[in-house]
Amino acid sequence: MSDPIIKIENMNKWFGDFQVLKDINLSVEKNKKIVVCGPSGSGKSTLIRCINRLEEHQKGSIIVDGSELDENTKNIEAIRAEVGMVFQQFNLFPHLSILDNCTLAPIWVKKMPKAEAEQLAIKQLEQVQISDQANKFPGQLSGGQQQRCAIARALCMQPKIMLFDEPTSALDPEMIKEVLDAMVNLAKAGMTMIVVTHEMGFAKEVADEVIFMDEGMIVERNTTKEFFANPKNDRTKLFLSQIL
Amino acid sequence: MKTISFSQLRTASKLNNLYIGSSLLSIAILDVFINSFFNVNLTSGLPNKISLFLPLVLGFIGFGILRMEFTGSRFFDNLNKNINTNNFNALLTLFIIFVIIKATPPALSWMILDANISGDTKEACTGTGACWTYIKVWLRRFMYGMYPNELHWRINTAFLLVIALGFVGYFFKENLKKYLALYYVIIYPIIAFLIIYYLISGGSFGLVWVETGAWGGLSLTFIVSFFCLIFCFPLGMVLALGRRSDLPAIRYISVGYIEFWRGVPLITVLFMSSVMFPMFLPEDFFMDKLVRVIIAITLFEAAYCAEVIRGGLQALPRGQYDAAKSLGMGYWKMHIFVILPQALKLVIPGIANTFLALVKDTPLIFVVGLAELAGMLALAKTNPKWLGFAMEGYIFASIIFWIICYAMSKYSYNLETKYKTER
Repeated sequence: MSDPIIKIENMNKWFGDFQVLKDINLSVEKNKKIVVCGPSGSGKSTLIRCINRLEEHQKGSIIVDGSELDENTKNIEAIRAEVGMVFQQFNLFPHLSILDNCTLAPIWVKKMPKAEAEQLAIKQLEQVQISDQANKFPGQLSGGQQQRCAIARALCMQPKIMLFDEPTSALDPEMIKEVLDAMVNLAKAGMTMIVVTHEMGFAKEVADEVIFMDEGMIVERNTTKEFFANPKNDRTKLFLSQIL
Repeated sequence: MKTISFSQLRTASKLNNLYIGSSLLSIAILDVFINSFFNVNLTSGLPNKISLFLPLVLGFIGFGILRMEFTGSRFFDNLNKNINTNNFNALLTLFIIFVIIKATPPALSWMILDANISGDTKEACTGTGACWTYIKVWLRRFMYGMYPNELHWRINTAFLLVIALGFVGYFFKENLKKYLALYYVIIYPIIAFLIIYYLISGGSFGLVWVETGAWGGLSLTFIVSFFCLIFCFPLGMVLALGRRSDLPAIRYISVGYIEFWRGVPLITVLFMSSVMFPMFLPEDFFMDKLVRVIIAITLFEAAYCAEVIRGGLQALPRGQYDAAKSLGMGYWKMHIFVILPQALKLVIPGIANTFLALVKDTPLIFVVGLAELAGMLALAKTNPKWLGFAMEGYIFASIIFWIICYAMSKYSYNLETKYKTER
């Protein structure tokens, strides 16, 4: 067993008076693929947003790749550069071309030479099969293409961990597959991934472990096979019976 | 009688309707036209009241017939769709057409036909129309204020240089593009200031010193607007970011600044800058009145700019901030590359609005004794040799201001389409 790359201990988070996350304990080892599922409002998105500190936690600790997330800003930026994130709403930069979307952060955050950054971007865009769209703008692309570009953009920072926040929820059904294919390829390449999703087919195919959350708590954590075959918790059983 | 003719018309072919309607309408318009332009009353044989209302009635019936069915003519169908949808609209349309026709001849004769432009004295103006001689004689004053006549080339050269430098950005090579903002925000204003200081003020390089009190006219309007525009924009941007900062001290300072400057009238700010401000300064410290005025207007307008830009910042979805942060960008990188380019694009119309208001606010500097275009007019109209020509002067100034402002708003539309992006 190697050291966990993400280690969350007794983490609590409040929005005002409302407690969204309660005593979260989670450790993820390198190259593991974790799927987080659960009903809406259960704190799944907040949990992964805490991992790159888009949300601040109030209690407990989060250690990502050996450094703790706290008030120290430089620390946070270094960690965010190593943790890629893909959002439900794509969040591409609409004023930049697809290629510029991918090269912006490598050039300005990692200080990569422009030519090298472009080479890398083309390579990543080829991986998700949209290198032919490189000079278009996000507004000219379909949802599926935009989301694949968002994956490529995150990969251009050469992250150690990838977080996916419901990447297929805002897509038309026929576009979900192309995005999931890109994610499956990424998983097979050995990336450490935490995926919040309702796509149970994807979970069965790729995930090493599945986490079920409800009301801000991790209710069940199990290997994928066990999770779907013998769910222990009643709440999980109910959820699975509704979703499958 | 009316009903009979209408029912007959209904059965007639649609071409008939078109011809009858349009000819009634044109008779009505022609009648008013001849009446007002050539002072001939075609219907003078009829009683007074009927003669007065005849064109209106004819035109109204004409519109009514035109509207009765699809005419087949593109022009008249557009007319029916847009300004002739019902009786009330037809009546309004007629009224507006008649008022325009009626008002054209007097305006035309005052502005052009009966106007005078020859000669150099008030006595040359013998006609009943406008006296453009006044504008002609005073033109140099309106343009350059009290600046000595033989030195006007200095102002012209300075302006040409400043304009030329403004276009330098277009010729920047690809690898220099990233310094574009730096050039326009810092280097360009400094160079422009030095040019204007050394060339228009003079005092060195063998040029005669001309104090700023003698500056004036349109050139002063340009100088004040130019510096206020280029300084208030970056300041407004900083304030807008400050107002949204996470650091309470910066946020409260920005809010305080914005609310203070938005709360006071510009005229008091100008007054303070010239009367109160020098009292707080050490005895031997001297700051030119014009510089104080420019600083005052800049500080004032920056508050408005800040609020406009803040509107743009708030219009951006939170996802843009999330995405930039998740890629490891810090506060400044995120704002420079992701947030501000999008936000500023959104606020081009609002910024143009603020800038136009600024240009039109410059006449207020008259209260501290600086006479730009409108100020020079106010001085000229009280000149004993040229009493009674305020109207000509103000029309002239309005036209000049309108041209400046229209050019600015056209330019802003241009920018809007140039930087349009799909979301």
